[in-house]
Parts: sequence; C-alpha cells; structure tokens
Amino acid sequence: MADSIPQSRSRDLDKLLLRPGNLVGPTFEAGAQLRDDIKECVRVLVIGAGGLGCELLKDLAFSGFRNLEVIDMDRIEVTNLNRQFLFRLGDVGKPKAEVAAKRVMERVSGVDIKSHFCRIEDKPISFYNDFHIIVLGLDSIEARSYINSVACSFLEYDSDDNPQEESIKPMVDGGTEGFKGHARIIMPGVTPCFECTIWLFPPQVKFPLCTLAETPRTAAHCIEYAHLIKWDEAHSGKTFDPDDPEHMQWVYSEAVKRAELFGIPGVTYSLTQGVVKNIIPAIASTNAIISAACALETLKVVSGCSKTLTNYLTYNGVEGLHTKVTEFVRDKDCLVCGPGVLIELEASVTLKKFIDLLEDHPKLLLIRVSVTYRGKNLYMQAPPILEEMTRSNLDLPLFELMGKTPRDIVHVTGAAGKGDKKQSCSRKLRVVFKGMVGVTDMDMAGGA
Amino acid sequence: MAEPKVKYDRQLRIWGEQGQAALEKASICLLNCGPTGSETLKNLVLGGVGSITVVDGSKVEVGDLGNNFMVDESSVGESKAKCVCTFLQELNDAVKAKFIEDCPEELIETNPSFFSQFTLVIATQLVEDSMVKLDRICREANIILIFARSYGLMGLVRISVKEHTVIESKPDHFLDDLRLNNPWPELTRFTETIDLNTTDAVVQKHTPYIVILVKIAEEWANTHGGNLPSTREEKRQFKDLIKSKMITADEENYKEAMEASYKVFSPRGIGVSLQKIIDDSCTEVDSSSSDFWVMVAALKEFIANEGGGETPLEGSIPDMTSSTELYVNLQKTYQAKAEADFLVMEQRVRNLLKKIGRDPASISKANIKNFSKNARKLAVCRYRLIEEEFNSPVQSELQKYLTDEGHGTLQEANSVKVLPENTAAGLYILLRAADRFAVNYNKFPSEFDSEMDEDISRLKTTAVSLLNDLGCNSSTVSEDLINEMCRYGASELHVVSAFVGGVASQEVIKLITRQFIPMSGTFIFNGIDNNSQLLLL
Ligand SMILES: [Zn+2]
Repeated sequence: MADSIPQSRSRDLDKLLLRPGNLVGPTFEAGAQLRDDIKECVRVLVIGAGGLGCELLKDLAFSGFRNLEVIDMDRIEVTNLNRQFLFRLGDVGKPKAEVAAKRVMERVSGVDIKSHFCRIEDKPISFYNDFHIIVLGLDSIEARSYINSVACSFLEYDSDDNPQEESIKPMVDGGTEGFKGHARIIMPGVTPCFECTIWLFPPQVKFPLCTLAETPRTAAHCIEYAHLIKWDEAHSGKTFDPDDPEHMQWVYSEAVKRAELFGIPGVTYSLTQGVVKNIIPAIASTNAIISAACALETLKVVSGCSKTLTNYLTYNGVEGLHTKVTEFVRDKDCLVCGPGVLIELEASVTLKKFIDLLEDHPKLLLIRVSVTYRGKNLYMQAPPILEEMTRSNLDLPLFELMGKTPRDIVHVTGAAGKGDKKQSCSRKLRVVFKGMVGVTDMDMAGGA
Repeated sequence: MAEPKVKYDRQLRIWGEQGQAALEKASICLLNCGPTGSETLKNLVLGGVGSITVVDGSKVEVGDLGNNFMVDESSVGESKAKCVCTFLQELNDAVKAKFIEDCPEELIETNPSFFSQFTLVIATQLVEDSMVKLDRICREANIILIFARSYGLMGLVRISVKEHTVIESKPDHFLDDLRLNNPWPELTRFTETIDLNTTDAVVQKHTPYIVILVKIAEEWANTHGGNLPSTREEKRQFKDLIKSKMITADEENYKEAMEASYKVFSPRGIGVSLQKIIDDSCTEVDSSSSDFWVMVAALKEFIANEGGGETPLEGSIPDMTSSTELYVNLQKTYQAKAEADFLVMEQRVRNLLKKIGRDPASISKANIKNFSKNARKLAVCRYRLIEEEFNSPVQSELQKYLTDEGHGTLQEANSVKVLPENTAAGLYILLRAADRFAVNYNKFPSEFDSEMDEDISRLKTTAVSLLNDLGCNSSTVSEDLINEMCRYGASELHVVSAFVGGVASQEVIKLITRQFIPMSGTFIFNGIDNNSQLLLL
C-alpha cells in the first residue's frame, strides 16, 4: 500500500464516524468533531468484568471510547479461563476489574480504564450519575435490578409527565447462558426498563423441602438435601461455604449416601457443584457475540451513527441460528421508571416517622432505608461514620430538612421484597406536604 | 498447570468430555488474521482446540492497531500472522499454535493440497473468486469450510460441507419420549399395579402423572372406540376426567397430569424431520456408507419391525411429583425398555455391517447406544457449493427476501416482534456487488475518500447487473443501502468482527463436536438495526 498519507489508528472506525449516511440516527453529525467528542468527553461505565465485561472493555476501547470505568467485586478463578480472555493462570486470585483494565490498556494505547474492585452497592448513587451510558455485563438478576433502579432514579419528569431528555441515563444490557443470549437497550422513561419486563426473568424454582426430606427422586434432590438440610444438622452454626472444597466434598459424599439409600442414580461431584452453586454454563463465543452487539449499540446510542436496536435482541445458537428483535413496551405503572411513588405527608412528619412509613407502604415495603434529597444525605444507614453524622436528622421534620419545599423528589435506598428474599434497591418518591400545595399542583403529583 | 477439567468446567457442562475430546483433536486453519479471523480463533483457542495454523501474508499496519486486539504498537511492520499467533498462544498453552506467512489467495491458487491436512478451514475476508476456488478444493478433500466476512456494519457467515450428520442435537424443547398414548406391555403392567381410586390420601398424592395419564388414556379409549382425544372439546373433557379423579384441590401430581395431558394427544410414531432422514437414499447402505447412515438404515428396519412405527425408547423420564419408590421403579421400567430396544438395534447394525462387507464390530456399542437414545433427534445438514449459490441462488427465495417489504411488526401480548426488512438481502447483494466492483476497479467502493459520488453510481450499476445475472431483474436495492455500503468503504470494524467471529466460532464448535445443529443457509449480520437474517439460497 502506498504510504503517501500517514495511516491513522482509527482507519476503519473513521469511515463510520466521519462519513455522512442516510440510515443513521436523528442526532448523527458525521465528522472529526464527533470522533473527538467520543474520545474525549464520553464516559462509559462497564458493570462486571467477567465473560461479558472482558469482551465489552475490548470492544468499547476499539469503538473510539477512551474514558472507561469498570466495576466488579469478584476475583479471578480457574473456571473463568475458558472465556475471560484477559486473564491468565497466573492472575487467579486477583481482582477481575483491575486485571481486565490493565490488560486492555496495555494493548489499546490511549485508552484509560479506571477499575473499581467493590460491590455495586458500595458506590454512592452519585457515582453512577457521572457516566453518559452504563453497559451491563452481569449474570445476576438482582444486580441488574439494582443498577436499573439506580439509573432510573436519575430520571426526571416534566409537569406533563414526559421524561426530561437530559435526565435519561441509557443502559445497554447483555446476558448469556450456554449458546443463548440477549442484548437490549434501556432508555429509562422511553423504552421498558428492566423492571417493566421482569417477567422475562422468572425466578429459579426451588425444590420443596418436603420433596428433599421425604420423597427424593433425582440426584439434584439428594444434593440439595445434603446441602440445605443435612449440613445444618451436622454442623451446628457453621455456615456452608460453596468455595471451600472440603465443604463441597462433604455435601457430595452425603448426597451419594442418600442416593444409594433410595436407589437414585446420577450424583457426581460436578453435578453437586452445579446444583449447589447454581452454575450457569458459559462459553467464549456467545459472550463475544452478545458483547459485540452491546458495544455496537452503545456506540450507536452515543453517536447516532446508525439506527438503534428496538429494543431487545435474542440470540439462540442451539438449533441452527436464530436472532430475533422484539420491541417490548413499557409498563405504565412501573415503580422504577415511572414518575415516582406519591407520598403525601403532614408537614410535621419527622424523618424517622417517614422512614417507618416506607416499611409499611404496600407498594414499597422498604427496610433499612437511607434518604437523600437533592444530593444531600438526610440519613444514611452505613457506613457507621455517616450514620452517626446523619442520626440527629431523624427527629427533625422532613419538611424542614427539605428546606420547606412543598413538593419534590426524594431518593431512598434500602432493601425491598417479601419474606427473606430482600434485595437492594433505589426508589424515587414524590413527596408532597399536605396543605402546603395548591390544588392545581396536586393534580400532577398523582401520576405514579 | 491448572487441571483442564477445572479450566473447561463451564463448557464441559454444555458439550461434555466427548465434545471436548473432539475439540482437542481438531486441527484448524485460519485464512487472514484481521480482527474477524483473530476473534474467531480467540474463542476457539480459549475453548482448547487441538491446533491452529494462522495463514496471512501481510504486515501489521498502524490502522490494524485500531481494530485488532492481537497486535500492538511493537508489531507494526512485522508479520501479522506471527503476532496474532503469538498472542493466541498466550491464551492457552495447551493449543499447538503455528503460523505461515503466506498470502491465502496464492495458497489457494498454487497449493490446493495444503488444505487437506486440517479438520476445518476458517476463511475470513476472502472475496468471491477466492471463496469459490477454496470451496471446490475443500469439498473435494472433504474438509469442513466456514466463511466469515465483516464489511462495515454488515457481515456474512456461511458453512460449506457436503454433509454434516448429528446424533446429539440436544434441542432445548423436545417432547419427552413417554409413550403415554402407546404404552408397551411392561408399562401397562406397571400401571395396573396402581389403583387411581385409592382412598389412601398419601398414595393418591404420590402417584406419578405418567401412571395417571396412561390409565386415564386407557379409560378414555375404552369408552371412545379405542380412540384418544383429538378435538379441542375432547381434550377439554379429557382434562375434566383427570380433574374428577382428584380428592382435594392441592394434589400436585394431578395438576401436573393436566398440564402434561398434551403428551397424550401428541401423534404416535416418528416426526416429519426424522421421516425425511429415514426416506433418504443414503439409507441404501454399502461398504462406503458412513457409520451414521448404517445406523439410520438399522433404525429404519427397527421402526418398520420391532418398533411398530416408533423409534427405540429414549429411556429417561422428567422429574415429577411421586413417591421415591414409584418414581425409581418407573424409571427402571423405561430404562429396561430402552436397553431392550438398543439390543435389537445393535443386532440390526451388526447384521447390516456384515451384509455390506464391513467388520460387524466396527461400530462401538457405546456409539450404537448413543444413537439409539437420540434416534428421535437426529439431524442431517447439507450445504450447496458456494459457486452454486452464487451462480444460481434459489430464485424464488432471493426474490422473496429482496421484495419482502417486511418492516412489519407482529403484535404480541406485551411486545411487538420486529420483522426483518429486506435490508439483509440487500446487504447480501451489495457485498457481492462490491466484490465485482473490486475486480473492475481494483479497489472496493469508496475504499478511499476520493471518488465517493462516482463510486455510489458505479456500485449501483454493478448491483443492477448482478441482479440481472441472477434473474432478479424486477428487484432493486434501495439507494440508501447502496450509499451505506459505500460509506463502509470495506472497513473492518472491531465490534462487527467480534460478532461475526463469535458466530463463526460457535458454528465451528458445533461442527467439530458434532453436537447441536449448525446453521443452514447464509447468515447476514445486519448491524444497522441488528435485524440479522439467514438466507436460504
Ligand atoms: Zn420500568
């Protein structure tokens, strides 16, 4: 090739970003400015540095993004190495986020990836507001649900209950299992949020305890008996640790004994691990496919360089190859991405009383509540130092704490759900003080 | 060195040790190691394929640093094949990795026998002419070939092999082989030992639904001239009959029986796709027949004789509410029948082998057993030569894909399914037109920033003449799409390559492990709105 023009590193990407097109998004403005904005101004957060996360970091780095951050609480395990291509045997035990960030920076020069080795709940809500777009590479419904509620909490509605564009925090979510996967775009307030379509992820069916105790039929029943019933009987008070090989071995040998007793075939060590840890099979190819789709959609959302996915892609490679795009619709009554739950209060209600109220609220059932108002911590459950600092607010009227604003949005975080299956979440509340607002204002507060 | 079993645990749960062994025996050749090739191979190296050979004659350029993870600053000016190979080796030291610094097109021209040493060849970023030539070579040598191409926001993946047969297709949803509407004598006898009209509440609650359904189906048949429910009304009545046997409302086993009643209504005998395989002319076996077809021939005999229209029994039952004892005994009844059917199958296979002059022991017991168990799920995939597809695509199909205004949506309960437009077919035509363009102009449409407008009209002319040659005179490709194709300027975007490479590697895994069903037709990745499509041409 002639070397008259010095070649650019962005040789291929430039064609997409610098040349105008007709099949593009409404905001697309081709040119070097766009490329440089993506490079310099756009901040992307990748949640998870596992099978999807490793691919996502690489794909985003090659899609022109330079300011990336990644958060993951896990350490590298040997079983990751068949697909998480940024990790080597010598990395086992190190934090995934740190190693993944380092490896991508080593190979794609100019990219800056900041890593966060912690739980997603450990970050203040404001941390998430710092990014233009959040890309999710997770394998847990709970974690998706949490991030979704955080991103949706930034959403503000105008007086006509239309979402305010600048408050929309776009998310791109991917997930895989074996040869199957999905990629979706969530524009809170515009396309359905994770909670609007929660029925797509039915909770895992647990075996009834009476089956385990009285009528086991399958190898899995014997394993769960050893894991959930026999362990506690034999080890008073000692918690079962699925990552302790001795514990796993104990459950396995108890399961074998039980299976023999009942004449049930099929208990193996591998199955024992699979059942106890609820292992989801995972391979490199599916992760690569889904991450690529997510990274491409991320670039499109940010740049408008092509049409975007509307709004849910499923991939299935089990029998032949099937891809399908489905446009899901929003749940108008969604607690998470809707305009917010309306809470009417007397002006005299203290912060303490307000918190108690949320626990009994039929829609919320929130416990261990922390409250923030316009970025200010009114009461924080943790860490202890913050709890101590905010404790004195508990006896003050919320109305006073909100600077006597008659009606405004209050953010709360806590744990929601029924029974022992509580999970972290963030909720947006529309707090209205009775007698402090005119009738006309009240009308618009009733949307949720 | 980590225990391979631990390292591969998450994939062993999908394709098992046999699948893994097949991967570890495979020797794979990659042609061109740009991002599409590198990403395809990366997924296979991680999974532990036996050996890889990377063929690429080019040197690493600065532009490659923006789309290929396997090269870095220090590799500019060096052999791309070498750099990619070195990086891939780093991912898994169990893989034998080597490289050949040679231009694939030249190899195809001058050394066709080179390809016969491999299990499978992955050809990336080849243009039409080289694809056709390589395809002929691989077909002749019976080497599995897979094409992968990324071009701007579009991509193509196509498998080419004369025939690929699958025993373990492992479908996600497949009707359990329970024979509720066609029980064999031992199953009937087993159900006869249980009384549905028991007054013992514990027994009532622990009778497995298989027993309930077999007995109620028999009761129904006795009062309906030997027939089972077929109309919607009859099916409803059948469910009512099940319900009438319940004593209390919380009997899980009876609820399960009502939910599983469709298994009674399903037709007896074999399904359409198996019938097609049975009817295939390959079942007339001779000494050159593959093991698969010998076993299909034996299966055909089995169905016509001992099977009474059914395949050998699979021999497993799903979990269901039951006492342990009844469940375990029921399981044994199914297993015993499956074992008996297998023994008959085995005898038939051995006899056939003798008849065609092969060693009767040349197919292992384990293989026949596996075949017997999976008989209902067999799959046969055949692929046209790429030359045939290119020169004479199934015209009616192509016409349909091209004119399919689609853009429709399908209203469902709480969603709308977005139907693919004719975009994918248009992209397919334009990719082929771009290759023709390259032959004429020695560059791809708008590969360089000069002559943008001229190239758009040139590509349009090329596309029109291609459509003419394919006999699709009445079809057109939209101006917007032509414009879009020129905008791409033959760029190889990393994300598109990662998607295309992901798909290609997944198909390679299915082909090598001989598990699951590889895709048929030509896959067109449509990165514009992600509505990709398989074109059956
Ligand atoms: Zn929602």
